[in-house]
Order: sequence, then structure tokens, then C-alpha cells
Amino acid sequence: MSSIEVGGKSYETDEEGYLLNLSEWNAEVADYIAKTENIDMSDQHWEVVNFLREYFEEYQIAPAVRVLTKSIGKKLGADKGNSEYLYGLFPYGPGKQACKIAGLPKPTGCV
Amino acid sequence: MLHIVNKSPLTSNTLESCLNTATGGDILLIEVGVYAVTRGTAVEAKLRAAMGKFRVHVLMPDLDARGLGDRLVEGVLPVDYAGFVELAASNKTCQSWL
Amino acid sequence: MSEVKKFMFVNRKAPYGTIYALESLEVVLITAAFDQDVSLMFLDDGVYQLKKGQQTKGIETKNFSPAYRALEDYDVEKLYVDKESMDARGLTEEDFLVSVTVLSRAEMGALMDEQDVVLSF
Repeated sequence: MSSIEVGGKSYETDEEGYLLNLSEWNAEVADYIAKTENIDMSDQHWEVVNFLREYFEEYQIAPAVRVLTKSIGKKLGADKGNSEYLYGLFPYGPGKQACKIAGLPKPTGCV
Repeated sequence: MLHIVNKSPLTSNTLESCLNTATGGDILLIEVGVYAVTRGTAVEAKLRAAMGKFRVHVLMPDLDARGLGDRLVEGVLPVDYAGFVELAASNKTCQSWL
Repeated sequence: MSEVKKFMFVNRKAPYGTIYALESLEVVLITAAFDQDVSLMFLDDGVYQLKKGQQTKGIETKNFSPAYRALEDYDVEKLYVDKESMDARGLTEEDFLVSVTVLSRAEMGALMDEQDVVLSF
């Protein structure tokens, strides 16, 4: 079991740094995880992270990258629903990195 | 005595075996067994017949989990976990039909 | 991408008593992410997986039923329910949280024969 220390509070994570307890997530933790991924959170980053949290709330799964891309396109427009845009924000994979920052489990099917 | 059934009545003969063997008293349906007490199933008639001979209870958290809390056959007695414990404590013996 | 194969998932177990239903769903999502032709079959107690209104707080188990509604996003749109199993459980199409195609046992069997890969749960 691993953990991270943010603002004097300890949060349990798996060995890859994904939060174990979804309900503990907050913006401060998100910022912290983003830093460990070398990401500076902009409004565009937040838009994707918030989208993922809403998706999880609705369906109880973290979507695969292909599904995420398609759904973002539907909701936020085609200029955002494409891999160039999403990989631009999350270079190591929008599924992997954005889910981690959003406090969600790694997407099913993401190896 | 108390008889506990945790198998689906539609894919296993566990409930039937219980009903054919037990002589009376309390029956408690838990886990997948709770489907037996929902209206409209192929085993409803059998269940209703058994209710003349047994007090039939169902563990409600298990029925709610399966989205069927609103489809309980009338006369079946709903219990929560505390009720489960009470049933186990108030009966001298208990058979789990595993 | 290599050739697309026809995958069928045969679901025969009720949710929560055993791990089958959840495991099946996870493999479905993985398979679909690889652009395969996926269809799901629900028969016997498997039809209970699709029941609307599951509330699992009381049994402290994750309610995974909302994920069936995400299958559409994964382009998994072929969901078949066996009529006999549905009827025997007092269920109708309106009881399901996604839209399904209701088939007879014979039609289900014929559909199984058409597959390249059949996964049993």
C-alpha cells in the first residue's frame, strides 16, 4: 500500500498512484497528482477531469480512451473530441493521466 | 427451526429441497435466494403454498440490491440484518441449505 | 487492425451472489475497446443483471449496473434476452435498464452458432 501526503493529510493510493478511495478526492489532491505527472492544470485540463468525474458518477466506470474521446466530442465539441487535443493536454494518455488526476480507477482495458 | 436458503429458486433445486424436507417454522431467503419472493416468477405458486406452513422471511438489503424491493409477494416478512440475527438467536437450530 | 471477430458473452448468473456478472462486464468493456464485434446474451438468472433500480448500499457492494448503460458508448449494441428466462422471472422489457432484443431459446442457440468466440459466464 502506498500513500501521498497533501496539505497535511494522507491519501491511500495503489502502487501506480491511483487514489484508492474515490470519495477522498478534492481539487488540491488533483493538483498534487497532476504535478507528479508533470502537468500544470489549466482550465482545459479541468474540463476533461470534470468530464471524467461526471462520467464515472453516471456509469460507475472510467471510460476507455476511444469512448472518452467520442463522448467529449459530443459534449464539448469536435475541436476537443480528438486525440491530438487530448494527448496535447495529457501526453502519457488521457485515460491514464486524466483518470489518475480525477481520482478514478485506471480505465478498464487500459494496460 | 430456521432454514436459510441462498440459492436462486430458478436455477437450483435448493429451495425445493428445503420445502420438501422442512416441517415448519421459519424460512429466511438471503443473497441470490431472495428472487423466490418476488411477484410473477415461475415459483410464485410454490412459494405461496409454502407460506401456509412456514413463516417466510426475506433479507431486504439483498432484495433492494437486486432492484426488486418493490415486488415482494404479500405476506412475506421483510427483515434487516438485525432481524436476521434475531431469527438465528430465537431458533434453537438452523439449517443453511448451501 | 487485424480481422474483426464475432465475440459473444453468455451471461447466466444473477448479479452480486457470485463474481461472474461483474467479470463478464469487465471483459466485455476490454474486448469492445479493441474494436471487435461484441454481442451479449442474457439467459436464465443472467436476465436479472439488467434489472432497473438496483440499490446496493445495504449489502456494501458496488452497484455496477449503471455500466450497462455505457455499453452504447462502446458500440456494444447487441444485447439479447431470452424470452423464456424473462417470463419465468416475472420480468418484462420495461424492467431492463437498457433496450434489448428479446429472442426465443431456438433463436439464441442459432445466434451462438454464428460466433467466432463464445465466452461463458
